[in-house]
Amino acid sequence: MSAILHLAWKSLTNRKMTAILTILTVAISVVLLMGVERIRTQAKASFANTISGTDLIVGSRSGQVNLLLYSVFRIGNATNNIDWKSFEEFSQHRSVKWAIPMSLGDSHQGFRVLGTNQDYFSHFQYGRKQHLSFTAGRPFEHLFEAVIGADVAKELGYVIDQDIIIAHGISDKAFNRHDNLPFKVVGIFAPTGTPVDKTVHVSLAAIEAIHVGWESGARMGNTPSAKQLEHVEFHPKQITSFMLGLKSKIQTFSLQRQINTYNKEPLSAILPGIALHELWGMMSVAEQALLAVSGFVVIAGLLGMLSSLLTSLQERRREMAILRAMGARPKHIFFLLISEASGLTLAGITLGVGILYLLLAIIAPIAAKWYGISLELTAISQHEWMLLGLVQIAGIIIGFIPAFRAYRQSLADGMTIRI
Amino acid sequence: MSVVDTPSSPIITLSDLDYRWGADLPSTLTFDQLTVAAQERLFIKGPSGCGKSTLLGLLTGIISPQRGKVEILGHDLAAMKQSERDRFRADHIGYIFQQFNLLPYLSVIDNVLLPCHFSATRKQKVAGDLQQQAKHLLERLHLPSSLLHSPVTDLSIGQQQRVAAARALIGHPELLIADEPTSALDHDNRAAFIELLMEEAQQANTTLVFVSHDPTLEPFFDRSIDLTCLNKALETNQ
Repeated sequence: MSAILHLAWKSLTNRKMTAILTILTVAISVVLLMGVERIRTQAKASFANTISGTDLIVGSRSGQVNLLLYSVFRIGNATNNIDWKSFEEFSQHRSVKWAIPMSLGDSHQGFRVLGTNQDYFSHFQYGRKQHLSFTAGRPFEHLFEAVIGADVAKELGYVIDQDIIIAHGISDKAFNRHDNLPFKVVGIFAPTGTPVDKTVHVSLAAIEAIHVGWESGARMGNTPSAKQLEHVEFHPKQITSFMLGLKSKIQTFSLQRQINTYNKEPLSAILPGIALHELWGMMSVAEQALLAVSGFVVIAGLLGMLSSLLTSLQERRREMAILRAMGARPKHIFFLLISEASGLTLAGITLGVGILYLLLAIIAPIAAKWYGISLELTAISQHEWMLLGLVQIAGIIIGFIPAFRAYRQSLADGMTIRI
Repeated sequence: MSVVDTPSSPIITLSDLDYRWGADLPSTLTFDQLTVAAQERLFIKGPSGCGKSTLLGLLTGIISPQRGKVEILGHDLAAMKQSERDRFRADHIGYIFQQFNLLPYLSVIDNVLLPCHFSATRKQKVAGDLQQQAKHLLERLHLPSSLLHSPVTDLSIGQQQRVAAARALIGHPELLIADEPTSALDHDNRAAFIELLMEEAQQANTTLVFVSHDPTLEPFFDRSIDLTCLNKALETNQ
C-alpha cells in the first residue's frame, strides 16, 4: 500500500496546478467554516461579556428580555419609569453591596444618553469582571460634564473639552435639542466591545436639570440657563432602572422575590445571566443559518475537488491500464484514487487552519484596538476538531465516486489503452 | 490450423477456447489448441479485428474465457478469481504496450521498478540492489546513462520502448508479452529493438510472445502463428 501512496503522491505532483487549486478550494471553505465557527463562539462569548458582576437588574414591570435590552443593550425603551424612592429603598437593603441607578431616554446624534452616578465608574463591570477604564480624562464631577464611550469618540471625532448638545428623546432634531445647555466632554472610556462604547454618560442631576421646563415632553416657555442651574441642588425623582450587586449570591433569589412582590410599585428584577441566555436563544436561528451557509461552502469546495478528480480520470485511463498490466488489482486503483482525495482534503484542511490562524493573528490586534473585541488565538476546540473531522470524512466519502469509477473503468478497459 | 506440437514442455496451453464479450454476442475468439514451449520465441501475426486484444487479455488474465482452459506455467487462469489472476500476472508476466508505456510522473528508474511494487516474487528475484539492477538492465538495453534522470517524456519513442522492455524483464518473469511494441519505431530501430529484446529474453530464460500485424518481423522468431487462420470465430461470423 505504501507503493500506492507513493504513486498517488507522484501522480498528484505531476498534476500540480490542479492539485494546488483543489487544495486552495478546500482550504478556503475550511477557513470560512472555521471562521464562522470562531465568530459564532466569540460573539456568544462577547455577548455574555456585555455585563458582569451584576446580580440583579431592576426596572418597571416587564418581560426580562425587554428589561435587559433597554438597560444593558440600550435598545428600545422602558415601559415605564420607576420611582427614586424604590431605588433608595432597595439600594439600602441589607444584602445589597452596591447599586447603580440608570436613567435613559435622551440621545446625542444617535447615541443613547445614560444618566447615572459615580457608582457607575466604580462598580460597573463587563467581560471577565473588568472595570471601566479611561483612555482620556476623568469621571464627571460637575453638572454639565459628560463621559463618552469609545465608539462615540471615534465616530464623532470627539476629544476632551468638546461641547455637545443632548437631544430630548431618541430622535435628534433641531426642535427637541437641549441646545441652551451644552455638556462638556471630560472623559473617554477605553473600548469595551459592549454597548458602553456607544453611550454618552452624564449625571442624574444633569438629566433633571436639562428637563426643567420640559416636564410635558417638549420645551414650554422659558428654560433656565446653565448659570442659573449651577446653584440649584437637583434630586432625581424618577429613573428607568438600576443594577444591584449583592454581598452574597445566595440572597439573589430572595431579593428578587422581594422586588417582584414590592407593593408600592410594580417592579421586575431579573438575573442578567438568565436573561442573556434567553435572548441568545432567540438569535440561535441566525446562528444556525450562518453555520449552515458555511457548511454549504464546504460542500461546494469538496464538489470542486470531485469535479477535478473526475475530469482527470479520463486523461488517466492510460495510467490505469499500465498499472493494471504491472499487476495492480482494481482495488489498488480504488485505493489510489481514495488516497488522492483524502490527501487533497487533508492538505486543504491543514492549509485552511493555517490561513485562519494567520488571519486571526493579523486581525486580533486591530479588532481589540478599534472594536474592543478580543479575538483569542485559542487552540482548536473539541467542537472544531469534530468539524474538521467531518470535512475529512466527507472528503474521503467523495473520493469514493472517482475511485469507484476508476475501479469499474479499469475492470472494463483492462490493459487496452483508451485515449 | 498451424498448431505445432513442440518437443519441450509447454509453458502456455490454450485449449478448446471460446470467448465472447457478452453472453448473447457472437464469439470473438474460438480455437482448439495453442501451445507455447518454454523459452520459445513466438510471433503471432494478425491484422486488427482478428481477436488479438482478446487473446492478449486471456493470456494476461485480464479476462476469462466462457469455455476452455488457459493454462500458464501449470496454472489454469480460467479457474482463478480475478484477484488471483491479477496476482499471477504481477508475478509471472512482463508486458510491453504498443506505445506510451511509461508513467509520465515517475523517473526512468521508478518506471522500471514499478512491477516490483506489485509483486514480492519479482522483487525477491532481483539480485542485489533494485536501483542497481534497473540501471544494469537499462545499460544492457543501450539506454544512455545520461537519460536516467531526465523526465520520461523527454525520451524518444525508441528509448521509451527500451525502458518498457527493461520494466517487463525486471525480476525475471517467466513470460514476456509484447503487443506491437515496434509499431511506432522506424525500420532500423525496429530491428535493433527486436534483437535486443530477443537477447535479453534469452539471457533471462523468458518465453516471448510477440504480437504484430507486421509480417516483415516474422523471420526474427522461432515460430509464427497467423491468428486469422487460428481463430475459427472469424469464419463463422463471415
